[in-house]
Amino acid sequence: MLKIENLHVSIKGKEILKGVNLEINEGEVHAIMGPNGTGKSTLASVIAGKEIFDVTEGRILYNGKNLLEMSIEDRAREGIFIGFQYPVEIPGVSIANFMRTALDEIRRYRGEEPLTELEFRKMMKEKAKVVELTEKLSTRSVNEGFSGGEKKRNEIFQMAMLEPKLAILDETDSGLDIDALRIVANGVTKLKSPTNSTVVITHYQRLLDYIVPDVVHVLFDGKIVKSGSKELALELEKRGYEWIKQEYESANAQ
Amino acid sequence: MRNKMTSTTTTAIHDECLSDLGRWHVQTEPAPYRPVEEYFHCKVKDIDTQMCIFLNGWYVHDGQPLTTTPEGIIVGSLAEARKRFPEKVLPYLNEPARDRDDEFAALNRERFNDGLFIYLPDNVTAAKPIQLISLTDAEEELMINNRNLIVLGKNAELSFVQCDDSIQFKKSFINNVTLVRLAEDARLSYYKMENKNAESLLFNQVDVEQKGHSQFFSHTMTFNAGYLRNRINVYHTEPFASATFYGLYLVDRKQHVDHEIFIDHQVPDCDSHLLYKGIVDDEAQANFLGHVVVRPDAQRTVAAQTNRNITLTDNAHVTSRPFLEIYADDVKCNHGSTVGQLDDEAMFYLRTRGICERNARMLLMFAFANEIANYIKIDSLKERYMEMIRKRLNGELTICDQCVLHCPHLL
Ligand SMILES: Nc1ncnc2c1ncn2[C@@H]1O[C@H](COP(=O)(O)OP(=O)(O)O)[C@@H](O)[C@H]1O
Ligand SMILES: [Mg+2]
Repeated sequence: MLKIENLHVSIKGKEILKGVNLEINEGEVHAIMGPNGTGKSTLASVIAGKEIFDVTEGRILYNGKNLLEMSIEDRAREGIFIGFQYPVEIPGVSIANFMRTALDEIRRYRGEEPLTELEFRKMMKEKAKVVELTEKLSTRSVNEGFSGGEKKRNEIFQMAMLEPKLAILDETDSGLDIDALRIVANGVTKLKSPTNSTVVITHYQRLLDYIVPDVVHVLFDGKIVKSGSKELALELEKRGYEWIKQEYESANAQ
Repeated sequence: MRNKMTSTTTTAIHDECLSDLGRWHVQTEPAPYRPVEEYFHCKVKDIDTQMCIFLNGWYVHDGQPLTTTPEGIIVGSLAEARKRFPEKVLPYLNEPARDRDDEFAALNRERFNDGLFIYLPDNVTAAKPIQLISLTDAEEELMINNRNLIVLGKNAELSFVQCDDSIQFKKSFINNVTLVRLAEDARLSYYKMENKNAESLLFNQVDVEQKGHSQFFSHTMTFNAGYLRNRINVYHTEPFASATFYGLYLVDRKQHVDHEIFIDHQVPDCDSHLLYKGIVDDEAQANFLGHVVVRPDAQRTVAAQTNRNITLTDNAHVTSRPFLEIYADDVKCNHGSTVGQLDDEAMFYLRTRGICERNARMLLMFAFANEIANYIKIDSLKERYMEMIRKRLNGELTICDQCVLHCPHLL
């Protein structure tokens, strides 16, 4: 589904990603872990199409297509969804209007009829339940005045509305208390199907108790330096990243 | 007190209007009556107003230049009211010029021949909004000087809607002054909608004098104009007067809009709040000049003014100058202004949900503009304005695809 080959990315001349290789197949759950500042969010942003990053080398294939040549909106219409670490506040744009516009455009792109007002409202209601958001939500402005937890729940709500094939959730679990974490994690689990794939970028093992990964990767210094089974997440939680760093440095020294 | 506020009007515009007054055609008497439906149609759905139409500067009526209601409300031609109710009109018309009056105000004072007169006695609330629609329709290049007078008695209440529209595309120079006098506890909501052709030169000056506890609510929407200057001068002469101002201007091509708001807090315990927003596209130009004076006696004044602008091109030109001149020490005053582009982060976020660039821009611009429409207290008007904003931002609404008008050639 997604194939990243030798991806090098820089911003303002500074290289952040230094040759990332990653392959995600249909139905898989991958976790990406790693210390702060190693480029996890950068990777998500490049997949989303953020223009301030320069891809200097490598490529990304999405269902065989060259992702880097697609517009930001076409990536979404083709089924990619990014749950952002820091969702943007958009005063004056209601969530209902936002989702209505997004769904209409995605459906048009796919050659589907637009939803009727009634169908749309019903869908909003159902999907809000997935993340236990109240219905009042729809008239509120996108993320404006939302608590950290509400913003993350709103990301998952949008994911539920847009039904992506590939969801990349960037620290959707950080800053959440245990109840909010359960809500978000259950939401993501409910949305899981055998044909869609999920990438969770996280610091903590606790989210992975709910969303069990098939593969865990460690991103360090702009590269994936280690991949393993879900036990790797447990080990990272216990031992931190120091040993990864040492392994990486001694491998480099040779 | 030194008047620090200079005008935004450029010499070129000044000269174009005033250097050769003889170039302008002036209609010296009203045209014969024609039913209004023949040339005008208000598209604000379900708006129930008492409509007063001015055509080329003259009040349009079928033999009744003034109407009076049993409660004593008088509405109609100022020229007629001057004859019939001189005691209600002349004291205001004979007031001396104010410091802030410039050549345009002087020209109006000297040349006006008609205007709208509205009088509400004490304790009377107008049953429905009064709507003033000023139309121009002539083969010649017209100059119009209308002087309107709105007098509200103690505890009287009125919503007033002023629409400036063009029917044709000829150049015109329209120089209006509206005098507003609010007695104690009076409440006026003043909505102004400006949608003129690209050749028009429109000057709207509104002078408001507020007595104790009176409330002035001003709401100005500018959709199209050639050159347009909106001046509002508000004088708080007794304590606890309150004034609120909202404004929105959406200008593109070579349009040029100037807003000059002057608020004179002369006495203690008054307040003023202002929020003006603009979206400036193409090579259009918008200037905002806000000036709040807090006189030495005006303790406990609360004054806030904010002007926010979005420029969509490098050639769009905005200047924003809100300023405060404060001579009292116990006051709460603030001002702010921004000129910027649409938020890149928000654009990106919207697009990552499948929304194309054009629609993402539309959503953000509409959200920005809509805030101002939301302050309208007449629902039918609010809905209509929101629709106009949407169409305007979509590029569907230009002066040729008239918003509230049917062009005569389309009828
Ligand atoms: N907009 C930006 N401008 C400059 N540097 C950036 C920007 N975004 C990220 N970076 C830099 O890229 C590096 C990786 O950041 P990020 O991808 O956010 O890491 P992570 O998500 O793993 O914590 C950091 O050194 C950060 O400072
Ligand atoms: Mg990050």
